[in-house]
Amino acid sequence: MNPVFRWFHQLGSPPYFYRFATRALPWFGIPALLLAAVGLYLGLLKVPADYLQGDSFRIMYIHVPSAWMSMFIYVLMAVYGAIALIWRIKITEILFLACAPIGAMFTAITLITGMLWGKPTWGAYWVWDARLTSELVLLFLYFGVMALASAYDDLRQGARAAAVLALVGVVNIPIIHFSVQWWNTLHQGETVRIFGKSSIDGSMLWPLLIMALATKLYFIFALLLRARGSLLEQERGKQWVRDMLVRGRA
Amino acid sequence: MNHLRPYTALLERDLRLAFRRRADLLMPLGFAVLVVLLFGIALGGTPERLAPVAAPVIWVTVLLAGFLSLDGLFRPDVEDGTLDQWLAGSSSIVGLMYGKALAHWFLYGVGMTLSTPLLAMLLNLPVDLLPVMLIALGIGTLGATQIGLIAAALTARLRRSGILLALIVMPLYLPLLIFGSGAVDAVRLGESPRAALLLLAAQTVLLLTLAPPAAAAALRIGSENPP
Repeated sequence: MNPVFRWFHQLGSPPYFYRFATRALPWFGIPALLLAAVGLYLGLLKVPADYLQGDSFRIMYIHVPSAWMSMFIYVLMAVYGAIALIWRIKITEILFLACAPIGAMFTAITLITGMLWGKPTWGAYWVWDARLTSELVLLFLYFGVMALASAYDDLRQGARAAAVLALVGVVNIPIIHFSVQWWNTLHQGETVRIFGKSSIDGSMLWPLLIMALATKLYFIFALLLRARGSLLEQERGKQWVRDMLVRGRA
Repeated sequence: MNHLRPYTALLERDLRLAFRRRADLLMPLGFAVLVVLLFGIALGGTPERLAPVAAPVIWVTVLLAGFLSLDGLFRPDVEDGTLDQWLAGSSSIVGLMYGKALAHWFLYGVGMTLSTPLLAMLLNLPVDLLPVMLIALGIGTLGATQIGLIAAALTARLRRSGILLALIVMPLYLPLLIFGSGAVDAVRLGESPRAALLLLAAQTVLLLTLAPPAAAAALRIGSENPP
């Protein structure tokens, strides 16, 4: 068999996945930490202040990468959910469940930083802006997935039920997003949009991209860490867990 | 049309069961009147203050009233084993879901739409907004029922589902609410409600296509034996 495919198949086995995750953790965690340090240093201290917004724009270096991650993680979660429903791979159920709290955290960070930025810029913590509103709905979609999964006594049934909900959510996200935009334009004519993709200066862009990479790596780190934990919990009756705990190594 | 028999039988059974308990049938309406009463009192009861918010209040009230009946959508079938019979039987679960959804819409959606004039009267809704309100509610409740069907199927086998149902259903109601009350708003501002109504109908058609299969998949999950 092709070695890449074989590696992929082996990852489906809980003990193999556990060993892989343990070895992979520092390779994602340490670069995430270093990149975040560099990105935050450049973004918060080095980049010149914005001519219009002064220093308050710097919150963007946390806000924008978190917003990207909040949506990316939901889609990835739905992909894991679909794989779990179709092929019933235990690892993907665990990865699916591990995505939800991380995604909810990024969504919450996006909302909080957005509100903090909104106060000096728009004059209010909460504005019924289209993006802000759909981000709030996204947070509740995450909460729904988490609450449904934990309401089932059986972990695997809970994961699959929540996977159905995540797929329903992923179909609905574009509808919610565009309907909120439609609703918003109906009420207030124009929206405040200061960061156009092309209008950002290069010196401001680089720290943003570094932060985006840092959040991605952190996500993989947190995902593997969580998956490892729930794998041990779910497989606690199995021989490989016992062997590993006794010998300290799998 | 013999192959449709199991599904029409289910529709018939659900409707008959509901009409056997007429008091339960009026519960959503009673709930809606109570919510409207609370709003009327909180808003001071003057027509000048009630009229502008009448349409949104009716929309939220109707969605909440429909949400109340969701917990009972599959629970009796789970408890008396009917659900397991469906899953073991040869009829298509998706077809049965259509029967279930239509029965729920007839009982709650059509019922609530028909009682809207009463709520509108209580809230001093301008009379010229009533026709568009009724059309929007008729379409919107059919979509809301589909969302409720998925949520009820996902929580059918859980012991308690109250707040969890709300958490699942409410965010998904949002687009229906936007276009539903948007259509009424358009008429209020003297514009055509056509765009909003068409988008509302498009969403309902999409939900009618996707929700029953999703609900069927959700019901199957609960019946699988834990490994």
